[in-house]
Amino acid sequence: MMSGDGTSMTGRRLVYLDHAATTPTAPEVVKAMLPYFSERFGNPSSIYGIARESRDAIDRAREQVARAINASPEEIFVTSGGTEADNWAIKGAAYANRAKGNHIVTSAIEHHAVLHTCQYLETQGFRMTYLPVDEYGRVDPGALEETLTDQTILVSIMAANNEIGTLEPIAECAGVCRDRGVRFHTDAVQAIGSVPVDVEALGVDMLSLSAHKFYGPKGVGALYVRKGVRLDNLLHGGGQERRRRAGTENLAGIVGMGAAIERAVERREEYARRMAALRDRLYSGIAERIEHVRLNGHPTERLPGNLNCAFEFIEGESMLLLLDAAGICASSGSACTSGSLDPSHVLLAIGLAHENAHGSLRLTLGESNTDGDVDYVLETLPPIVERLRTMSPLYANYRRSCNVQ
Amino acid sequence: MYSEKVMDHFMNPRNQGEIENPDGVGEVGNPKCGDIMKIFLKVKDDRIEDVKFQTFGCGAAVASSSMATDLIKGKTLQEAWDLSNKAVAEALGGLPPVKMHCSVLAEEGIHKAINDYRIRKGLEPWKEKPGAAHAHGDETCEA
Repeated sequence: MMSGDGTSMTGRRLVYLDHAATTPTAPEVVKAMLPYFSERFGNPSSIYGIARESRDAIDRAREQVARAINASPEEIFVTSGGTEADNWAIKGAAYANRAKGNHIVTSAIEHHAVLHTCQYLETQGFRMTYLPVDEYGRVDPGALEETLTDQTILVSIMAANNEIGTLEPIAECAGVCRDRGVRFHTDAVQAIGSVPVDVEALGVDMLSLSAHKFYGPKGVGALYVRKGVRLDNLLHGGGQERRRRAGTENLAGIVGMGAAIERAVERREEYARRMAALRDRLYSGIAERIEHVRLNGHPTERLPGNLNCAFEFIEGESMLLLLDAAGICASSGSACTSGSLDPSHVLLAIGLAHENAHGSLRLTLGESNTDGDVDYVLETLPPIVERLRTMSPLYANYRRSCNVQ
Repeated sequence: MYSEKVMDHFMNPRNQGEIENPDGVGEVGNPKCGDIMKIFLKVKDDRIEDVKFQTFGCGAAVASSSMATDLIKGKTLQEAWDLSNKAVAEALGGLPPVKMHCSVLAEEGIHKAINDYRIRKGLEPWKEKPGAAHAHGDETCEA
């Protein structure tokens, strides 16, 4: 899609600002994966030489993942991605602890992979608490503690929010749960490679991650499960993943995940510094050039590459279509991008009025982005917002009310 | 996800703007649902002499406003009233199922503007056909 100088294959300028949705697989990661498609293709469960090579490759990748988050390799279980990891952690812990209780706590701003799993468990006799968040999207560990009862078996709070980028106080939340003997899971899909993730420092029992969010391939992820944590299986079948997750391994994908996470953790500090600088310049430029904008999420406790703002009086999908026409890839919490009439649950949870939630824009930066990209957005976005406001009856009403005053 | 026609009407909207001293105005939708359409009419000899729209909404909402206003321009009020949301969607080369309500909004906006005109003239407002579609009838966003 993109060449190194930020143009598409058609030669048109292309600025990709949707890295929270997915990242391109890094060339060195692809290179590490390639031999495992057609040359070293052996089924790791078989007994002969090329099978052993596959097994070794998986072991190495498991070690790379473990080292990246300060876990041991036996605590890393490969999945098909973040969604499966979240489903497994929550359903697995719920069913394994059914005799102890039926209460599960999560936050109102989790990814749908967590929220919809929890909603499903409600139909199976589990009781849920959805913790509210403050105006910045932060969970209050004190409020979490108050929701815990002797029936609580699991708490799941994300490490970093995918829409507004807010970082959650995971170590504090996990500490509260450990003191009460409640299992704690975190969806760290957005956090890996951007903020430090150390399962010991955080004190979590389970953690989900997904390779394509850190320049690895799609379709592969992992669930970290602390030694001694009981979990029912999600997938039943063969004896792969030490009998915890059946199915022939996604060999090349797993190799790619290992290479990608090692690379991401090595580069993390420099990456985070660079992303934060670009993001801050982007936001201050937008705020200087466009009126009636608000920043969504926490001003400082947020992912370095995440910018989310709401533009009053206009609707997000229209903004995305015009940005796309100018070669800028972005996303929005607008209802129209979700296939329903309701805007993003995250934006509503931080207290945005519906009409402002509809007008939100998420720009998520990544490795390929440059100062030139920021300049291009700052040049392109203001006329787009202006054009949509000129079309908007809400803006006309606002202007009229200003004139009356 | 959008047809070429939809994209054309979204990128180059026809009849966008406001009419000074209009003969009829209809505003439908609600900011909570993410779409508002306002239709302005200029009527002469029972015909729509001019029509403009303002829309807060997605690509389909803007394109539906553009196409619907284009279709009723120069038509009699009765012809404009009879324009169905399906005809708007068809003229746009189809809309994705989740976006059909945008075309309904256009139909409703035109009806409201026509009845506003009729009321201003001291005429009985026309009645919606029984079972007429509503933009936000059975969906999650409660208008």
